[in-house]
This record gives sequence, C-alpha cells and structure tokens, in this order.
Amino acid sequence: MTAILDTATLTWQDVCAFDDLVPDRGACALVDGRQVALFRVSPTDELFALSNHDPFSGANVISRGIVGSKGDVPKVASPMYKQSFDLRTGTCLDDPAVSLPVHLIRERDGRVEVAIT
Amino acid sequence: MATDTARRTLVVAGNGMVGQKLLEVLVERGATVEWDIVTFCEEGRLAYDRVGLSSFFTGTSAEELSLVAPGFFDSAGLEVHVGDAVASIDTEAGKVVSTRGTRIAYDALVLATGSYPFVPPVPGKDLPGCHVYRTLDDLEAIRADAQGRRVGAVVGGGLLGLEAANALRSLGLETHVVEFAPRLMPVQVDDGGGSALRRRIEDLGVSVHTGIATSEILEGPDGRVCGMRFAGEDDADLPVDLVVFSAGIRPRDQLAREAGLAVGERGGVVVDAACRTSDPRIFAIGECALAEGRIWGLVAPGYQMARVVADRILGGESTFGGADLSTKLKLMGIDVASFGDGFAATPGAESIVFSDPVANVYKRLVLSGDGSQVLGGILVGDASMYQTLVQMVRGDMPTPPNCEELVLPVRTGDGAAVGMGVESLSDTAMVCSCNSVSKGAICAAVQGGAVDVPALKACTAAGTGCGGCVPVVTDLLKLELRKAGIEVRNNLCEHFDYSRAELFDIVRVHRLTSFSQVLADHGRGLGCEVCKPAVASMFASLGVGGGYILERSQAPLQDTNDHFLANLQRDGTYSVIPRVPGGEITPDQLIVIGQVAKDYGLYCKITGGQRIDLLGARVDHLPEIWSRLIDAGMESGHAYGKALRTVKSCVGTTWCRYGVQDSTSLAIEIELRYRGLRAPHKLKSAVSGCTRECAEAQSKDFGIIATEQGWNLYVCGNGGMRPQHAQLLVEGVDHDILIRTIDRFLGYYIRTADRLERTATWLNKLEGGLDHLKAVVLDDALGICAELDAEMDRHVAEYECEWAATINDPEKVARFRTFVNSDEPDPNVVFVAERGQRRPAFSHEKQEVRSS
Ligand code: SRM
Ligand SMILES: Cc1cc2nc3c(=O)[nH]c(=O)nc-3n(C[C@H](O)[C@H](O)[C@H](O)COP(=O)(O)OP(=O)(O)OC[C@H]3O[C@@H](n4cnc5c(N)ncnc54)[C@H](O)[C@@H]3O)c2cc1C
Ligand code: SF4
Ligand code: FES
Repeated sequence: MTAILDTATLTWQDVCAFDDLVPDRGACALVDGRQVALFRVSPTDELFALSNHDPFSGANVISRGIVGSKGDVPKVASPMYKQSFDLRTGTCLDDPAVSLPVHLIRERDGRVEVAIT
Repeated sequence: MATDTARRTLVVAGNGMVGQKLLEVLVERGATVEWDIVTFCEEGRLAYDRVGLSSFFTGTSAEELSLVAPGFFDSAGLEVHVGDAVASIDTEAGKVVSTRGTRIAYDALVLATGSYPFVPPVPGKDLPGCHVYRTLDDLEAIRADAQGRRVGAVVGGGLLGLEAANALRSLGLETHVVEFAPRLMPVQVDDGGGSALRRRIEDLGVSVHTGIATSEILEGPDGRVCGMRFAGEDDADLPVDLVVFSAGIRPRDQLAREAGLAVGERGGVVVDAACRTSDPRIFAIGECALAEGRIWGLVAPGYQMARVVADRILGGESTFGGADLSTKLKLMGIDVASFGDGFAATPGAESIVFSDPVANVYKRLVLSGDGSQVLGGILVGDASMYQTLVQMVRGDMPTPPNCEELVLPVRTGDGAAVGMGVESLSDTAMVCSCNSVSKGAICAAVQGGAVDVPALKACTAAGTGCGGCVPVVTDLLKLELRKAGIEVRNNLCEHFDYSRAELFDIVRVHRLTSFSQVLADHGRGLGCEVCKPAVASMFASLGVGGGYILERSQAPLQDTNDHFLANLQRDGTYSVIPRVPGGEITPDQLIVIGQVAKDYGLYCKITGGQRIDLLGARVDHLPEIWSRLIDAGMESGHAYGKALRTVKSCVGTTWCRYGVQDSTSLAIEIELRYRGLRAPHKLKSAVSGCTRECAEAQSKDFGIIATEQGWNLYVCGNGGMRPQHAQLLVEGVDHDILIRTIDRFLGYYIRTADRLERTATWLNKLEGGLDHLKAVVLDDALGICAELDAEMDRHVAEYECEWAATINDPEKVARFRTFVNSDEPDPNVVFVAERGQRRPAFSHEKQEVRSS
C-alpha cells in the first residue's frame, strides 16, 4: 500500500457529482471496466474508493455495505457475510490475509474523480 | 500386556452409559498408572446417550448422541473391543472369553451389561413388524419399518412406552398405547396424575387403552403383523401394522448366572454396598446390578455406582447407599414429575391435591402429618416447581409455611411468584443429580472463573446429563456473578456501553431522532453494521420520521435489505415478496405477479410462508417492478425487514367443515394491523380455525387458535434453528381482548429484547418467564400498558407502504442504480436455465467476468 505512486502518470476520471454521494452510504462507479465502490464518510466528508468485488461471496456488493469504525479504523462491512474492510487500505479486519484493491479518489470543483491504481 | 507384573488388568463388560462413566472416572483419577483397562462393547458403536435416544427421531444424529469424546480411548491408552461381547467368565482362573475368541486374564472385572426390554411371551411376538426400543439399532429398524405403514401400537404405557409412542407419532403413524395397568406410568404417577396425563396424550391424537392385556399378535396374509388381540372378551381386535414392545426391562445377568455368581430371584446380579458381587474380584454396576435389593432403572444411580467402583478399584471405601428416584420428564411436550414419597406411603402423611381438568394439570403434594415438611409429590402438566420441591424433600431448603401455595396456580396480580430462589439452597444441595454436583461445587467453579454456562458444564459436568438442572445452574451462575459484583454486561457493540433494551429506553425517553445524536450523547466512534441497523429499527418502532425507514438521515443506517427494500441474494441480485395477507390472493393479482415475473425474467417460488417470491431482480429494476405491483393493489411484504412477516391462516369456517371461527379474516386483520412493525427480530404469526391447527400457530412468535369459547393466544414459538413450541398466554378470549393482548405482548418484546433475539429466546431469558409476561400484559404489573397501547395505535395509524413512499419520491428512486456513472447492469450477474426458469450461475458455470 505504501508504494510510491507517480501521481503525474495517473489519469483521473470524473465519476459523479459530490452531492450524488449520500453521506455514509456507498455508491458504485464503473471505471475502465472496473467496479469501484465509493464512500463519503461523515462527519469529515472524507472520500474512499475500493474494489466493489467481495472476495468472500464473489458478488459485486461492497458499495452496499454499512460504513463505521472499529477502534480508530474507518471500515465498511460487506452486506453479504459481514466481513469488515479497512476503508483506507482495503485490508480485511476479520482475515488480514485478504484485502481489497484500493483506488485514489478526490473531490474537485464539486465533482468526484477516481484514479485506478 | 502381562509383562509388567506390577500392572494389573481391569476388564469392563459393556460400554453403555454406566460402563463409559466408569472409564471416564477411572481415567480422570489416574487409574491408568497402575491398571491396564480393557472394555468390551457389544453394540457396533461406542457408548451413546440412551436417555436422549428418542431425539434421534427429531433429527439428532448418532454422532451427536455419542458420549465418547473423539480419541478418548487412544489418548487415555484404553483398549476397546467394539462389536465384541464377553461370552463367558472363568471365575476360578480369573479369565474372560469374548464372542470373537479373545481371552483376557483379569485382576478385576466389572459387569456393566445393562438390561434388555422385556417382551411378554404372547404368540406372534416375533413376527416381522414387532420391535423393541432400547438401542440405536432398534430405532433405525423402527424408522425403516414405519415407511408406508399406517397404524402403530406400543405395548406398555410406562415412561419408555410413552417415549416410543411419541416416536411412532412423529413417524406419522396413527398411534395406540396399550397398558395392562389401569393407568399410564403406573410406577411414577397416581390415578389422578394418570388421568391428566391420559387426557393430554389423547389431545395429541394418541389413543390410550388401559387395563387391557395383549394376548396375541395377529399375523396377516403377508406374514407380518396385522393386528392385536386382547384377553378381555369385550375387547375387539385392534388392526395395526407395527408393534413396539416396551413392557419393562430385565437385567442382563446371563453371564453372571452362568459363572455361578449370586443373582436375585427376579434377576439382577446381587451386589453389596461396594457394588461387589458374590465373587470379590467381580463388580456389577448400572441396570444389570441388584443393589439394595432392587434394580435402579435410571442413569443417575448407575453413575453413582460407577463412581463407587472406580473408588474401590483405586483402594477407596465409597459405598452405594441407594439413590433418589425422583424424575422429571417432558413426554410429548408434557411435563411429568414424581419425587420423594409421591404416593404418601409415610405413616401420617397428608396430601394436597390440585387438579384442573380443563387445562389438564394435576399436582399432588405429600406433606408430613404436621405439614412442616414436604415428603414428595406428583406433577403432571406443570412441573415448574419441581426443582424447588425436590430440594425441600431433601431438606436442602426449608419448607415454607402455607406450602400448599407451591402447587396452586400462581395468583396473578401480586406479581411475585411463590417459591424460593436458589439463594435458599444449602451449599450441599445436590443440583445436578446425574453428575452429583452440589450447589457449593457450582458456586466454587464460578468463583474460580467459570463465568458462563458452557464453562460451568466443562469444569463441573453439571448439566451434561439429562439437562434438567440447567435452569438452576444458570440461576446460580447469575447469583454468584452478582455477589462478586460482576455486572452481567450485554453491550450492543464497541460503540455503546448499553444493551439493546437500555439503548431503546434512552432513545425513547430522550426522544432522540438521529443516529449522530445518539452516538454523540451516548456512544463513541462512527458506529457499525451492528448498532446502526439496531438504532434504525428503534427509530422505526418508535415512529421517528413517520416510521419511514429511508428518511434521509436514516437511510445510511439500514442494512442492504432494508435499504433496497428487498432481500440480497448470493449473486448480488434481490428478491421481491409482495404481501399476501393471510395467504389470500385474487386471480388478478396472480396474473400481475406472473406478468411482472415474465417481463423481468424473475424466478418464481411459493415460499414457506404462504406467499410468492420473485427472485433475481436487478437493483435498477426494483422501483419499476414495485410500481406495477402497487398499481395492482399489492404492497411490501417486508420479507427483507426485521418486522412482521406473514400471518399464515387456514381456510377456517369459510370453507372447512371443522372450522369453528373465521380464521382467514382474523389472519388478514392481524397481518394488516402489524404490517411494517419493526422489531428486534422478524415476527411470524398464524391463525388456525380449530384445534387441528393447520396453520401451525403453535410454532409462531404469536399464534391464535379458534375454539368454540373464543380465541386462544399462544406466544413465543418458532421453527428455524431451534424449534420451540409457543406457550398459551390467554384462553377463550374475545376479539378485542385478543388484539389488545397481542399489542402489549409485541410492545413489551420490542422494548426489552436483545438485538436479533426472537420471542422464544427472549421469553426463555425473561426473569419470571411466562408468569411475569402474563403479569405485565394482562395485569399491567409494570404500569406500562397504556403506553404500549398508545404506541401500537400510533403504529397502526401511521403505517404506510414503504415501497409506495419510495417510488413516489424521485430522489429515493435515483438511489436504485447499479452504477452512479453508467446504466449498464452488473456484468457479473449471469443466469442459467433450470426447469424452465432462470437462476444465478455458479462460479464454475460462468466465465470469470470480473471487473476489478
Ligand atoms: C423465501 C423463504 C424460503 C422459501 O423459499 O420458502 C425464506 C428465505 C430466507 N430465510 Fe427463512 N425463508 C422462508 C421461510 C422461513 C420459515 C417458514 C415459515 O415462516 O413458515 C422459517 C421457519 C419458521 C420460523 O422462522 O420460525 C424460516 C426460518 C429462517 C431463519 C431462522 C430463524 C430462527 O429463528 O431460527 C432465518 C435466519 C434469520 O432470520 O436470522 C431465515 C432467513 C432467511 C433469509 C432471509 C436468509 C437471508 O438473509 O438471505 C432467506 C432470504 C429470502 C429471500 O431472499 O427472499 N429464515 N424461514 C421463505 C420466505 C417466507 C415468506 O413468505 O416470507
Ligand atoms: C428410550 C429410553 C429412555 C430413557 N430415559 C431415561 C431418563 O429420562 N432418565 C433416566 O435416568 N434414565 C432413562 N433411561 C434409562 C437409562 O438409559 C439407563 O438407566 C442407562 O442407560 C443404564 O446404563 P447401563 O450402562 O447400565 O446400561 P446400557 O446403557 O444399556 O449399556 C449396557 C451395554 O452393555 C452391552 N452389553 C451387554 N452385555 C454385554 C457383554 N456381555 N459384553 C459386552 N457388552 C455387553 C449392551 O449392548 C449395552 O450397550 C432411558 C432408557 C431408554 C431406553
Ligand atoms: S433454509 Fe436456509 S437456504 Fe433455505 S431459504 Fe431458508 S435461509 Fe435460505
Ligand atoms: S440433573 Fe441431569 S444433567 Fe444435571
């Protein structure tokens, strides 16, 4: 997760308006054929982007999970079998051997942009 | 084996319940340091729980019944010969020979050969179709033979006979019980108890014939049983296809007899207080032993003998001085208990009898002449006071003045149930008779760190036999924890230091309306998938936001099912279940459902809840599907919510020739009244039009059965993982009282249950149990009925179909999208055809279509 990224070569893609995202409720975007789960977490309105594919069930449902925290870790719980994933790193909190790909996400001028990493 | 001369050899004949207990005690006490232990197990499987044998018919597997921990023999270094029996004993040489020819010299021999079922010597007793009821093999044979048969009879109306009758009943046979004595269970209960028991058993559809003797089993043209003939001239032949003999047990003393050991006149290996036979090197324990001049046909005395012999083998001086034959059982769901001097044989003894022929409850309490001491009793239909009374008989608890109140029905109103808590037990009081565990031992274990029931079972063995003592063990556990100042916490999750019930009160009393407020004032962190839906459910129950669960600040709290008002399926699609109140549906509605299913390619299935499930809907199709259903007059079925599901009904007086009331109309009314009501767990209900109970009301969270006198309301039953029968809350009431009682029952449950705790589990944990519940909802013991009534009235008045509210709001509809930036469907959802419909493909059936 800590690999140094050459941000210059990243291509940011516009996915939706910031207001399209309901606080604490996920949404899913299709970016270069990949399904990316987007989250806007209150109270800070911080944005996160992870793969939408739930490795435990094989279904594309991570964006429909409930967000929350475990200790200081912001997380989302898969709606299928309820495993939790760290929103920042994608690491599964119930089984650290499993993790979800994470992507870069930012807000610019009221729009949300995602860069596939 | 014999090379080490210091070592000695112990042979145990029989690996039944008692033989196995002996081995366990020996291993635990380190006997293997000096002894080589060899056991012969005649049956093809190691020891299993014979007491729980009948549960084999309700789904308990042979493995689950096993009493031998995996690897027990290997890790303890014991030798076991499975499927081999001791065939003879040479007492002179000190040797046994097995059926398969193994010879072993012993220094000590223990006979634990149990007993066999007595089959009266009537002609035809060996015909195909005749069975006994003792081993797992017997039960397997009965099950196989019952296939396709219609009528079964049990010869013998004792404890085991009635268990066998229940088994036949559960196998779907019309069942008869034939008992020679004038009443059922003649050993345990008196005439009054016998007739209460009889009426209850007959209510379950079992025919009881007492005071008649079977004289012949009749053979049919196919060479198997076709009927029974009786000795009495007036008794007509009974046509039957299957017979189970359960006319008592006889000790298996053949080996001992042949070896010249002393046996009793009516059988049984005679033993002394050390459980030693007439040969000092040979012991006998369990049901083959004649100890204190009698055969002890229960497991607890057998275990005591096993402990005595283990101690003797290790050089101790323990003795067996008889045992308490008190028994409490549940036969076909009926409590039967007899304890102490239940037949008032003590000179001067007085009996107090309470008999309720309507509810079929019979209780007899036997007191010493001066009334100062409980001597024994018989309980049929309600044995809730059993533990307390037994402790009084044993002198472990003082007999209170006015002790007749112990058998009288609890007077509702004053709230406090008569009887005494576990505090008043003395330390030496025997709490678990199966495993001889005293109150003191249990309390010590709690103090030593066993803080829950499984831990207590593991370290004291209490509760691991018949299980009858578990409620008392649980009470003791709570008592000790409370004494130690340990709060029994039940926090919702890491974000709240409150249980669901506590948090519910906080939200209700402070009129909180947003999760952020609840969290800021009373919790920490960001919340999670446990507390968010729990609080959302409280808001819904309390009518926050008009009860609409997708109201803006509540939407993020909902589980995906509630959020999309549909059930998530394994491939990420959703299911649609419209409400079908009472199971009644018009042809036009059926046509619309069929058309919608066709248009959206939905798989159709009739559910287990009398309605229709449409599966495989895409998220973005849900609003359109629902608009069409709503246009046709349908509404949400809340299959996705922890809310009222279905109210099943039968056709009742509308069509059925037996119906006594209109069950369909009542079911529809109830379903419409409580639809959308959010609760800690889902709620199911049913209404049956007569006691044939076709709607299965007694397996529901609340169920209603029509009688000529009015409605009977049963509460706190469920099917599912741990099925439990519902219990009668009120009887013969009219419509209005019925509805109010249900309102209050539901309201009280919603306020006080834990998250995901169904009504049955809730009631099991509710202090004071059903009596407490009655006091709250019928006598307003907590003074909350007015509030509960008002809350339900508000629910009924404010109800609105969630789907209708959602499709009328464009902002809400906009959330039903697969992608925020594309209208494509999820490419990972792939269907295959099956039986003319489509279902989600399994991963081996679809190419990996994964996008991230
Ligand atoms: C569809 C249905 C099976 C069917 O094809 O017939 C069904 C399907 C599900 N049941 Fe059920 N149950 C269905 C009738 C039952 C019944 C029978 C009944 O109600 O008469 C029972 C046993 C009776 C009872 O509940 O007491 C039943 C006991 C369960 C349980 C175990 C509950 C328990 O207390 O042990 C669960 C698990 C749970 O709720 O936590 C469950 C959970 C589920 C879930 C919700 C599992 C899930 O989370 O995906 C299933 C999803 C349904 C869906 O997607 O539509 N289902 N389920 C039935 C829907 C009835 C309806 O019309 O609403
Ligand atoms: C259906 C049913 C329900 C019951 N319910 C209750 C209850 O609720 N409460 C209660 O207290 N008791 C109950 N009992 C009685 C209880 O099961 C017995 O008291 C207990 O099993 C006796 O244990 P045991 O070891 O003496 O005999 P068993 O458990 O019968 O074991 C004896 C074993 O020895 C084997 N054996 C016999 N001869 C030889 C030989 N020569 N060599 C090797 N092996 C041999 C037999 O095959 C058998 O496996 C019930 C019994 C039945 C059948
Ligand atoms: S029994 Fe299990 S698999 Fe079948 S519907 Fe119910 S929950 Fe699903
Ligand atoms: S009394 Fe039977 S397990 Fe405790």
